[in-house]
Amino acid sequence: MGSGPGAACSINLNTTLTPEQRALYQNTDTIRSLLRDARTIAIVGLSADTQKASYFVGSYLQYEGFTVIPVNPRPVEILGRRAYPDLLSIPEKIDIVDIFRPSSEVSGIVDQAIAIKAGAVWMQLRISDFAAAQRARAAGLSVVIDKCIKMEHGRFGGSLHWAGMNTEIISARKPRPAAR
Amino acid sequence: MDSTPKRSFGFETRMLHAGHIPDPVVGARAVPIYQTTSYVFNDADYAAQLFELKQYGNIYTRISNPTTAAFEERLASLENATGAVAVASGMAAQFVTIMTLLSPGDEIVASSHLYGGTITQFTHTLKKLSIKVHFVEPGNIDHWEQAITPHTRALYGETIGNPRGSILDLQALARLADSRRIPLIIDNTFATPYLCRPMDWGASIVTHSATKFIGGHGSSIGGAVLDSGKFDYSRFPTIADPSPSYHGLRFFDTFGHYGFLMKVRAETLRDTGGCISPMNSFLLLQGLETLSVRMDRHVAGALAVATFLSEHKAVASVAYAGLPGHPDHQLARKYLPKGPGAVFSFDIKPVGGDARLAGRKFIESLQIFSHLANVGDARSLVIHPGSTTHQQLTDEELRLCGVTPGMIRLSIGLETIEDLLWDLDQALHAAST
Repeated sequence: MGSGPGAACSINLNTTLTPEQRALYQNTDTIRSLLRDARTIAIVGLSADTQKASYFVGSYLQYEGFTVIPVNPRPVEILGRRAYPDLLSIPEKIDIVDIFRPSSEVSGIVDQAIAIKAGAVWMQLRISDFAAAQRARAAGLSVVIDKCIKMEHGRFGGSLHWAGMNTEIISARKPRPAAR
Repeated sequence: MDSTPKRSFGFETRMLHAGHIPDPVVGARAVPIYQTTSYVFNDADYAAQLFELKQYGNIYTRISNPTTAAFEERLASLENATGAVAVASGMAAQFVTIMTLLSPGDEIVASSHLYGGTITQFTHTLKKLSIKVHFVEPGNIDHWEQAITPHTRALYGETIGNPRGSILDLQALARLADSRRIPLIIDNTFATPYLCRPMDWGASIVTHSATKFIGGHGSSIGGAVLDSGKFDYSRFPTIADPSPSYHGLRFFDTFGHYGFLMKVRAETLRDTGGCISPMNSFLLLQGLETLSVRMDRHVAGALAVATFLSEHKAVASVAYAGLPGHPDHQLARKYLPKGPGAVFSFDIKPVGGDARLAGRKFIESLQIFSHLANVGDARSLVIHPGSTTHQQLTDEELRLCGVTPGMIRLSIGLETIEDLLWDLDQALHAAST
């Protein structure tokens, strides 16, 4: 996902963010480098219900080769791993904290993400807390708001296109085959 | 962090590029034709994930196909839609839309100025599914409002109504639909996204017969459903409620702004089977690549022909919204500033009191216009609705659609304009003697 297709075009559809907020929190280059470099993703609010959106995202990311760590207050096993009650309990390094909780709970989750020195905070579609996002940015974390991490992975990886979705990617460049 | 501003590419660039990036191995510049029924799975886990809709990928061409996906994404890009599902025809497009949104007992309020085949589908085929359609004169928003009941699940109309060329007040209809929390479905076949993009005015769903101007060559039948991604389906039962055919999956809850389209594809299209062939998707893509260039010529020709006819002594009236005398001329200027399409009708003057006879003689005298049941071809086409597209309708239904016995419908093609005017003139002369 280096400098191939998608480097030049703007991605605008299906967001509630203003153009200024999009420039900060939906930066295409940030999203592409996060998805390229991340190995371990903690999903806060990952449900054990296999028909929930969070489970769809978690199982997708796991199949695509990421280590997915469930964060759920209930002592359940999800996607073959024991859920941690919160981010602070996770012993390993987290590259992305993906948030599937209401906006009102984001602030506390972001504080924990900063405390464990996570690489990035990702708020799923229609989830936002801009004050918390600013704190995360100030602490050196990358922040994505109002985007689905599965859709973005599929957008730049090419598979979202197969679902007839408007990926908004315009390019005449022949991509180099993915290293992964 | 890179902060280089990203470019929003123009309509013509997207006509040629959206939906197809050269693949990393072959690098084919044209969209390849994936003429295959099915796709080998990576492994058992991947297959399971695909069937549960947890992965994006191809299983079977009845549901999705890479050539068709290029067509879908390109059309979605041009309509400013979040996505598209291509199907076998325009009739299939509106049918899968309604099958996905409505349940038995539900209702639609629709414009009465529609393609005759649509009126037949709505009146008779939907009746078998216990779905009722209320037809209203589209020009007055009060008529729409009064026809809405607690069972109404959608409003439906054509950007440019068939065959009288009436223009919908898209913004007013979108406001009404919003206030009742129901989607506005607009068939944009006659306008194409080059002349009008209904989603820019608030429509939630757009349908197309791609057979017409999108293809432009008259070689392939196809259709598409597009979603703006902006309608809130959270209280819309068919999209929000758990789906029994996917283990209780809630399409809107799980897929959000593409929940409706996922349901169209993974349930309705899967179960009703009206898929488009990859070859047709390829041919329709060839049409899309020249859409703007062709439409500019189509509307210029249509205006020239309409003006010529309006001044001809054998012609009683011309119904083209591009002419200042048309009742919807102001709406046309607002919603279709480049021109209100290239399909319109006129009434021939009766010969010996018989307009039907004059119409028949006119059609049989034409040398360049093709007499057939289609519109939107690169060639100019002509038909007499009263004896063809609208012949299943009763006289009363005919009147409600705004069709008269002497009405002739034209679809203006790309021939030399002087030749078209010559042909019409000599045929009008032959019909009046």
